[in-house]
Amino acid sequence: MSTVAPSSQEVQRPQRTIGPLTWLRENLFNTWYNSLITLLILWLLLRTVPAFAQWLFSANWEPILTRPVLYFVGQYPVAELWRVGVGVGLISFFFGLSWGTWGGPVRTFAIALMAGYAVVALIPVSLETIGLTARLFMVANIGLVIAGLGASRTPLGQGRWVLIGWIVIFFLFILLLRGFEGTPLELVSTGRWGGLMLNLMVAAVGIVASFPLGVLLALGRRSNLPVVRLFSTLFIELVRGVPLITILFMGSLLLPLFLPEDVRIDRVIRAVIGITLFSAAYMAENVRGGLQAIPEGQYEAARAIGLNAPLTTLLIILPQALRLVIPAIVGQFIALFKDTTLLIIVGINEILGIGKSIVLGNPEWVGAQIEVYLFIAALFWVFTYAMSYSSRRLERALGVGER
Amino acid sequence: MEDRDIQILKHGGIPFWRDVRVLKAAGQIISAIVVLGFLYFLASNALEAANSRGLSLGFGFLDDSAGFAIDDTPIAYDPSSTFGRALLVGLLNTIRVAFLGIVLATLLGIVVGTARLSSNWLVRNLANVYVETIRNVPLLVQLFFWFFAVFVRLPPVEESITLGRFLILNQRGVYVVAAHPTGTFFAWLATAVAGLLLALILYWRLNAHQLRTGRPTYPLTVAIATFILLPLVGWLLLSQPLAFDFPELGAFNYEGGTSLTTNFAALLVGLVIYTASFIAEIVRAGIQAVSKGQVEAARAVGLSNLQAMRLVIFPQALRVIIPPLISQYLNLTKNSSLAVAIGFKDFFAVGKTIIDQAGRAVPVFALIMLGYLVLSLTYSFIMNIYNRRIAFVER
Repeated sequence: MSTVAPSSQEVQRPQRTIGPLTWLRENLFNTWYNSLITLLILWLLLRTVPAFAQWLFSANWEPILTRPVLYFVGQYPVAELWRVGVGVGLISFFFGLSWGTWGGPVRTFAIALMAGYAVVALIPVSLETIGLTARLFMVANIGLVIAGLGASRTPLGQGRWVLIGWIVIFFLFILLLRGFEGTPLELVSTGRWGGLMLNLMVAAVGIVASFPLGVLLALGRRSNLPVVRLFSTLFIELVRGVPLITILFMGSLLLPLFLPEDVRIDRVIRAVIGITLFSAAYMAENVRGGLQAIPEGQYEAARAIGLNAPLTTLLIILPQALRLVIPAIVGQFIALFKDTTLLIIVGINEILGIGKSIVLGNPEWVGAQIEVYLFIAALFWVFTYAMSYSSRRLERALGVGER
Repeated sequence: MEDRDIQILKHGGIPFWRDVRVLKAAGQIISAIVVLGFLYFLASNALEAANSRGLSLGFGFLDDSAGFAIDDTPIAYDPSSTFGRALLVGLLNTIRVAFLGIVLATLLGIVVGTARLSSNWLVRNLANVYVETIRNVPLLVQLFFWFFAVFVRLPPVEESITLGRFLILNQRGVYVVAAHPTGTFFAWLATAVAGLLLALILYWRLNAHQLRTGRPTYPLTVAIATFILLPLVGWLLLSQPLAFDFPELGAFNYEGGTSLTTNFAALLVGLVIYTASFIAEIVRAGIQAVSKGQVEAARAVGLSNLQAMRLVIFPQALRVIIPPLISQYLNLTKNSSLAVAIGFKDFFAVGKTIIDQAGRAVPVFALIMLGYLVLSLTYSFIMNIYNRRIAFVER
């Protein structure tokens, strides 16, 4: 890409410098009712913000500080926590790698990730709460992101390899967490997985697994075969018409009934199946939006060079359509990540469930529910805000809506 | 080319495995067999399981006595009522929370959405903070916060939080003043209806006059004044068409007025605050979607700021706003099923209770899905009507 030198005819608009007083008058006191509203809000803020700040310092943070790791990994055996560490380390490395390869929006997220690590490493609480190992692990992760960034200069940094690498470490992470029966890498049943890790994992598996299904459903809904169209439309509308929680309950209560008696599926897997089917219906609608945005000329051109219908879809239409829906898929991932909290209702120890059992587990902490739920809300906020901010950058980088 | 055609004809036409018609038919038959076969597999397993465990898959149980209590009952219900009645109570509860939630979330959403476009820096940024905070926190976490951290921990009855005699908050519930119609209520209602009709007629006539002559006749002001004044006069002339029933502290708790359980209040507050943040974004985007030239043109023909907003910008923004707004309404309705996590007996929660107490998972789930599907089809129906009405008439 070549840069265009600014033309000499371009005229710079004169800089307008405004003093603080002018700023106040223009932005807070420009009309009589705005002045009134400003004063009212200032009064309210003065009454609430100091009280809230005071509460923050006097609140009972014990339920969180006693064992913060519970909120992140749940009941995962402490002796096996290194597996989570290895997985997180790999992810950090790949974020660095992707930053170097794709730049732009991933960079935002990778920087946010490093900032997050730095914050955790430096949180001014005692070493008993966040141990030295944990703090050093955070610092090591920052190093891994940077190492990944460096590695992107090597042949490893080709877009294709990075993408394949992501898929490989995704499955590797799950296998590592699970382990194998009768090997040194002991089996840790999914019943012991928990915390924010489980939320993120279920959302990630849900999006990845629902992707092929969603693409098929979207193609089915636009197919010119009436039977295929009918089945796809029925599935999509049926699933989108009911709340996620009914689908989760169907997975937990009905699925065992509908399968042969000797088939037993793990509770977490059943929830993941439910979430995948739910997500597939929404994915299908997103992909359909992308398919509809492809101009008719593309189909005609593909036919003109002699491609048949399946090849046209596979080689011409889908690659363009999927590129258009990346931001929508990121948005769907964020929504799904938030929706994973519903797993608590089917008795899975995701982060909200952990918080609830911590509060209920100690009679002294029952009064500290505000603190616990605020903490969980803040964690979710940090993750989803970072993701939605990056996805807005991504939209701009892909130029969606500009063509 | 012609050679090839002749060759094809010589060999008896296109082979059937390359004939598009045959392929299409085969594709449909195969997909039908796969889907129906899968459904048959599931259904036969369910029937087998039902037979071996002696479960019935029918709907006959709906006439049996439910045997569990429900706190919030918009219609008469007690534990001896039938399962069918329990489900109806649940459905009405869902509709009640959805209706109130939609009205309140829309109001709050419009306020916040327009506040995001305010020229006041403080207002604008407060609205931004509200939207960005609420949207990025899962609804269930917010519901847990509202219920377990706020409403359950309200003060006991003796130390209730009161807002005059109109609103009382304590850990047993929320008590609001209620209005009951008295003997003169219908006479007053007649004046109110008359006021509304007169206001509509006046608005229409004055507007037509204004359009014809170009002289300002202030149709909206006159119409609103009529609509307020006539019922007000009626109110003063007829003594007390509505009797106010204030909640009063009784022996154990507040009595009278309208009471909401804390579960209902927490669900409503959570849903309204969450959904309003999405509605605010829709409203803001809708207003910003109207091109700037429209505002400038409106100002250029001499409309005031308010008139430009009301007559030029808002009608155009509405076209962009309504479709996503209705899908938010649907989301709110579906999200109200999270009530089960904070103990409010909505449609889903009642169904869950029936399953827990009486088994019957299959028929109850069928009813639950049917119920929500009917609700969402209703929304789609409304949306389709609207879309047809506002569709741009193009060449």
